[in-house]
Parts: sequence; C-alpha cells; structure tokens
Amino acid sequence: MSKKILATTSLAGCFGCHMSFLDIDERILELIELVEFNKSPIDDIKTFTKECDIGLIEGGCCNSENIEVLKEFRKHCKILVSVGECAIMGGLPALRNGISIKECLEEAYLNGPTVGENTEKIMPNDPELPMLLDKVYPCHEIVKIDYFLPGCAPRADLIWNALVALVTGNELELPYEVVKFD
Amino acid sequence: MKETIQNVIEKYNRDRNRLMDILIAIQNMHQHIPEDAVSIIADQLGISKVDVKQTITFYHFFTLTPVGEYAVYLNDSAVANIKGRAEVVQAFEDELGIPFNSVTTDGLIGIWDTADIGMNDQEPAALINGTVFTNLTSEKVKSLITGMRAGKDMLELMRVIDAELDGPELLSTMVKNNIRQKGAVLFSDAYEVGYALRQAINRTPVEVVDEVKRSNLRGRGGAGFPAGLKWDFCRQSRGEEVYVVCNADEGEPGTFKDRVILTELPKLLFEGMAIAGYAIGAKQGIVYLRYEYRYMLEYLESILQELRELNLLGKNIAGKAGFDFDIRIQLGAGAYVCGEETALIESMEGKRGEPRNRPPFPVQTGYLNKPTVVNNVETLCSVVQVITEGAEWFKSFGTSDSSGTKLLSISGDCKNPGIYAVEWGVTIQKLMRRTGANNVQAVQIGGPSGICIGPDQFDRGIAFEDLATGGSVIFISEERDLLKDFVLNFMNFFIEESCGSCGPCRSLNVILRNKLLKILDGNGVEQDIDELYKWAGVGRSVNRCGLGQTAANPILTTIENFRHLYEDLVQMNESFVSAFDMESAVAESCEVVGREPNLSR
Ligand SMILES: Cc1cc2nc3c(=O)[nH]c(=O)nc-3n(C[C@H](O)[C@H](O)[C@H](O)COP(=O)(O)O)c2cc1C
Ligand code: SF4
Ligand code: SF4
Repeated sequence: MSKKILATTSLAGCFGCHMSFLDIDERILELIELVEFNKSPIDDIKTFTKECDIGLIEGGCCNSENIEVLKEFRKHCKILVSVGECAIMGGLPALRNGISIKECLEEAYLNGPTVGENTEKIMPNDPELPMLLDKVYPCHEIVKIDYFLPGCAPRADLIWNALVALVTGNELELPYEVVKFD
Repeated sequence: MKETIQNVIEKYNRDRNRLMDILIAIQNMHQHIPEDAVSIIADQLGISKVDVKQTITFYHFFTLTPVGEYAVYLNDSAVANIKGRAEVVQAFEDELGIPFNSVTTDGLIGIWDTADIGMNDQEPAALINGTVFTNLTSEKVKSLITGMRAGKDMLELMRVIDAELDGPELLSTMVKNNIRQKGAVLFSDAYEVGYALRQAINRTPVEVVDEVKRSNLRGRGGAGFPAGLKWDFCRQSRGEEVYVVCNADEGEPGTFKDRVILTELPKLLFEGMAIAGYAIGAKQGIVYLRYEYRYMLEYLESILQELRELNLLGKNIAGKAGFDFDIRIQLGAGAYVCGEETALIESMEGKRGEPRNRPPFPVQTGYLNKPTVVNNVETLCSVVQVITEGAEWFKSFGTSDSSGTKLLSISGDCKNPGIYAVEWGVTIQKLMRRTGANNVQAVQIGGPSGICIGPDQFDRGIAFEDLATGGSVIFISEERDLLKDFVLNFMNFFIEESCGSCGPCRSLNVILRNKLLKILDGNGVEQDIDELYKWAGVGRSVNRCGLGQTAANPILTTIENFRHLYEDLVQMNESFVSAFDMESAVAESCEVVGREPNLSR
C-alpha cells in the first residue's frame, strides 16, 4: 500500500490545533509510516508539490489569503477536514463578527490602549498584505468540507483516531473520553 | 421620581414575588426602567441589582432605555405579513424618518417589532401604549402619527382613524371578536352565572373531581393532559396552601380564542376557576394574563368585583361556610415561553420566565413552591358546562379520545377568519368550506409548534388522536411562499422567544434557520435538505421544555409534506455552492485603510 499524502494548514487559528496534533507524541513515528506530508507547517513545505489525499484545516477565514489557501487545499486534497472550533464555527476570531470592521481596525491601530505613537493615523494598507474580510467565515461556507473534528483544540487522540480511520478505511473510534469537552 | 417608585414598591408590600407588577408600573410611568429605579427596587426588595436586571432584560416590554412616549409595537407574525404589514412598516418609517426598532429624536414615538399579539383575524395590528389598533393601513398610520404628534390620548387616537369601538365602556376597543360559529359547550345561550358553582358546592370536592375525570375533559392549552387527573394529583399532594392558575398567556401565533372568551365570557372563566378552587381546596386563584391583553384588565377587574358582590367570589361563597376563594390577575410582560406552565410560575414569582425542570410538576411544587393546578382558559370554562350538564352529556360531543368541543382560532387565507366552536373530529375540508378558504396550499395546525399539512391530508380531523391543536388553524393559499412567508417567520419567532437555557435550543435553531436561509438564497444543495431534516429531529430529545422540543417542527413538517418546495430551490446537481463573494467581503476594510481591493485572483 502506497502511503497516503497529508497536507495541513493554519488559517485564522492560533496553531493550538497543530500543537494538539503534535501531542500524539511518539505516535508521530507510526504516522510517518502511514502518511507522507506535503504542504504543511510540520515539514515546512510551502506550496503543494503533489495531489494529496487528506487536508487538515485549522482556523476559519478572516482574510483574503485564508480564502485562497483554503481553495487551494480544496483543489489539491481529496478529503478536507475542518479541525477545531475556529475552522468549524469561526471560533475566537469570530468574536469580532458583531463589531464593524472599521471599529476593529481603529481599536487595533488608532485608539487601543496598547497603541503607541501613530500621529499620522496609518493603518496597514500595503497592497502586498491580505485584505481583511467583513467577518470571520467558517471553512464550510467557502468550500465543501468532508469531515469535522470538534474541540478547542480537538484532543490528540481524536485527531489520531480520525487520521488512522481515514488512512486505513476502518471505522472511526470515538470513545467518550475523546469527544468530551469539559 | 424616587417618591413615585417608592409608592409603587409600597403598593406591592415590598414583595419580591411582585417584581413583575412593580416593573410594569414603572415602565408605564417612564417608558423604561431607569437605572436609579433598578437600585431603589433592589434595595427595597432586598435582592441584588442583577436580580432586578435579569428580570427586566428577559421580557420584551421591559426596557432599560426609553421606548417613546407613544410606544408602537407592530405585530410581526406570519399572517400579519401576508395581510400587508410591509406597507404599514413603510408608512411608519417614511412619516417618522426613522427605521423600525428605534425612537424619534424627540423621544415622542418609538416603533418596534413584536411577536404575535393575538389578533390574527384582524391584521395588521399594533399595540400603542397597551391599546390595540387593528386592520392598519398606510393611510391610518399617517392619521395616527398626526394624532400622536397632537398629543391625543388612546381613545382619541382610535377616533382619529374612525375606529368602530366595541364592548362595554371599560373595554372600548377596536378589537372584534368575530365569533362565527357557536357551540354547545362554549357560547351556548344556556349559561346562567353561578348555577354550576352552586351545583358544585352541594357535592363534595372529590365528587366534583370525579365528575371532571369522567368527562374525559383534556387540557385545551395544547398538551391535552386530562383535567380531572391533574386536579386529583394536586389533591394527593395534600398541600395546606394550594393554588389555581389560569393560563391566559395565549402566545402561540395564530391563537386568539382565549382573548374572545375573556372578553365575552369572563364570568364563565372565573366561575370555572372557583369550581377548581373548591375541588382542590385552594383559596387563591390567579389569572396570568399576557401583556398584549392588558387592554382588558380594568374590565376584568370590574367583573371580579361584580362576582364578589354576588358572593360568587370572596368568603363563604354562595353561602357555603368555609368556602373562601378569590382571584387576582397577574400581567405578563411579553414572553411566549411564559405560556409554558413552569415558566409561567417563575414569572408570577417575579423572575425570568425560564422553565423549571420537571419533575417535580406544578401539582406537587408550583407557585411559591406550593401545589398548583395550571389550566388553560378554555379548559376551566369547559368545567362549568361539565358540572352543569354532567360528564355523559359532555362526552356525547366529539370523538372517543377527545370529548366535548373545541374553540378554533382560524386565520390566514380565508373569507371569514375568527372563532369557530366545533366538535372534535371535524375535518380540515369541512373547516375550509365553513370559513371560505379556497386554493389552499397548506394548513398550519397548532401554530408554529404544530404541523403543516398539504391537500392530501385535508380529510384528517382535528382531535388529540389525529391533528392536535391548542386552537390555531392557519390557511395558506397557493400564492404564498410557504417557506419564506411562514417557515422562516416561525423559525425567527422561536429564536427570538427561546429563553436560552438549553444549548441546543439556543444554538441549533439559529443553525437551522441559517441553513434554511442558505437554501432560500439559492445556495443550497440536496445534502442541505437532508441535513436540515436530520438535525431538526435532534431538538425534541435534548431540550428542557416544549418550546425547544417543537421549535424545528416548521422545518420538519414542511420537509415531510412539501419536500418539492425545497428541491425546487436547491442546486440538485451540485455537491457544494458557496455564497461567499470576495468583492463585497473586502470592500469595507479596504475603504477604511485606504487601499484598492486586489481582486485579480
Ligand atoms: C412554549 C410553550 C408555550 C405554551 N403556551 C401556552 C399558552 O399560551 N396557553 C396555555 O394554556 N398553555 C400553554 N402551554 C401549555 C402549558 O404548559 C400547560 O400545559 C397548560 O397551560 C396546561 O393547561 P391545560 O391542561 O388546561 O391545557 C405552553 C407550553 C409551552 C411548552
Ligand atoms: S480551535 Fe482552539 S486551538 Fe484550534 S485554532 Fe482555534 S483557538 Fe486555537
Ligand atoms: S427548550 Fe428553549 S425555551 Fe425551553 S427551557 Fe430550554 S432554552 Fe428555554
């Protein structure tokens, strides 16, 4: 059996889901027997070099770059999985969804207590920068998502079990301890 | 201000349980509950400010900011919308120059949305400072605004639009009762005030309970629990102090039969409560009257006084030594969930109307934690006829599982909306003929929490064992957009009215509504219909009260009976459609920071 190819990314997330992924500890040695990593912060491959079987998405979409990356993932991965609250619902970043983007930017760059001197009242506007979206979107509103792994972050065991199930084609094991959240 | 607030609090004996009454009085005086008032109330009642605030913020008609000297609350029910609400909204907004849900800068007029106010047979309708204005049009709105600007009082305002006023003096109102069909049990001409009560007190309380049990009278508020059995359970609780509560919250959109009973037959209702009081050994009865029916309050109080003078309420009633019973009226403040009996009890105790866990049931631990019988208005009225004519007579009407008659509130697309007293078992087809309903696409039975059926089921009958209803029947004609005009409106209603205690009720209904919107906007795929149906079924088993358990029924029953309407809207051959549009999503942020959107990719 040839190895399945895995890609992962963090969009508008805190990298906590990736950290949780790494909490599989020594099982990472088993994992690399099962899969080959492609685009992912784990091996630092920055662009897709192969068509992939599985894409894990952490974080929702808060800017134009997130949208592009997510669409790239959809194009190159057979199966896409939303990992964690941010990817599934927008999560913490989506707290800004009830506030106008103008107010958010002014708080961040002009009025906030941690803003230093900004006499020219500049807000980041370099054309190279990603553009902020009007709100934070969950991934499944942008592209088709095949599976959802809930949690903030989902437990390492849940990520592990899900990956093993996807790779081997066996049923996913979901013992209570793995999906309880408090 | 301090003094007037102080007086209000004294009037209710600084009783924490009367917080609703205190807040209603202050809201009326100041068009909101001022921050200072919150402090004074908390201080005087010996509760925290948060306790006061959490009650205030729960109810639609309590506000922390002023709602306008004239506060206009325009009904937003589905039927109001199909009867021309949009035109009325437009007229208000144009004339006042403000959007809905705001107040004019001079603070004179506020215009607000509100959930069904029980006037489905005369929509569009609004409450202005508690007075009902029905059959509104844009012309009438203009006259009303001129009248409000001239500082007219409510009676004058009704005259401004040439309203034909009905009812006795204390109840001068535009509201029409539209009784289209009288029945043997209710609205029969045979009713004689006090007769049944005198019959009852000549028997033992247990005999009265037995008679009601034998009649198979089932609760008319929706759930259909046998009334006699409920009374029996209450007796078995052996409380020293027990209560009879009449549920006159009538919040299910499309139901207005209790309103008509309260205006036409208040004595029948109060007599029924007294009989219940005798049967379970209660000294106190309470009518929980929805705020939307506040316009009847003075009138109902006067009827209570009349009954006291007839010695049908008060002490040693009808000469029966030791039988003391009186009734007070408790106003609500705008919350559908307070129709649920345990939420209603919480509300009567001055708290947020959050349903309690059951068991214990109200017959064990109810108002002030004492055994309490909560019955619907119509149930208590039916009791009077059961006692007068006997259980056998009562059972001769209706079907085997549903004895007696039922008042239906019929509205929507039919020629003669109004009240129909029918025998249980009557079919939808028959109702359509009687009410003049043509080209009917669907019938919504039992309000939003009930079911929506199509023509292939119009031979079914209204009965607990078939199409159960607390009284609401809405005809929906072929020209209506069933999903947008009704299902979406109903889902928004439940989202607005959820008390928020249970996660699935609070969140899942929003998720379902948003998915429905996705489909309505043309961005749905077939999988969305299947997921909607699957998810909608979850609420029934995971929520605490009937609201959350039935909130997804509009979606469930229309997917079951009108799946083609959904299929027509979704993109059947696609597996995914996104509504996301980059250009509009980045427009604002680019403008704020001052850059050109780069949409090349
Ligand atoms: C969300 C919700 C709203 C309700 N609203 C009403 C109402 O407005 N009037 C009513 O009589 N019963 C209403 N009920 C039913 C009551 O909980 C209770 O069953 C009823 O008042 C009992 O009286 P009955 O047995 O005479 O029908 C409601 C129930 C729920 C769950
Ligand atoms: S779900 Fe939690 S852990 Fe994962 S990216 Fe979001 S905030 Fe971080
Ligand atoms: S089901 Fe809804 S309305 Fe009922 S208690 Fe739970 S949250 Fe409140």
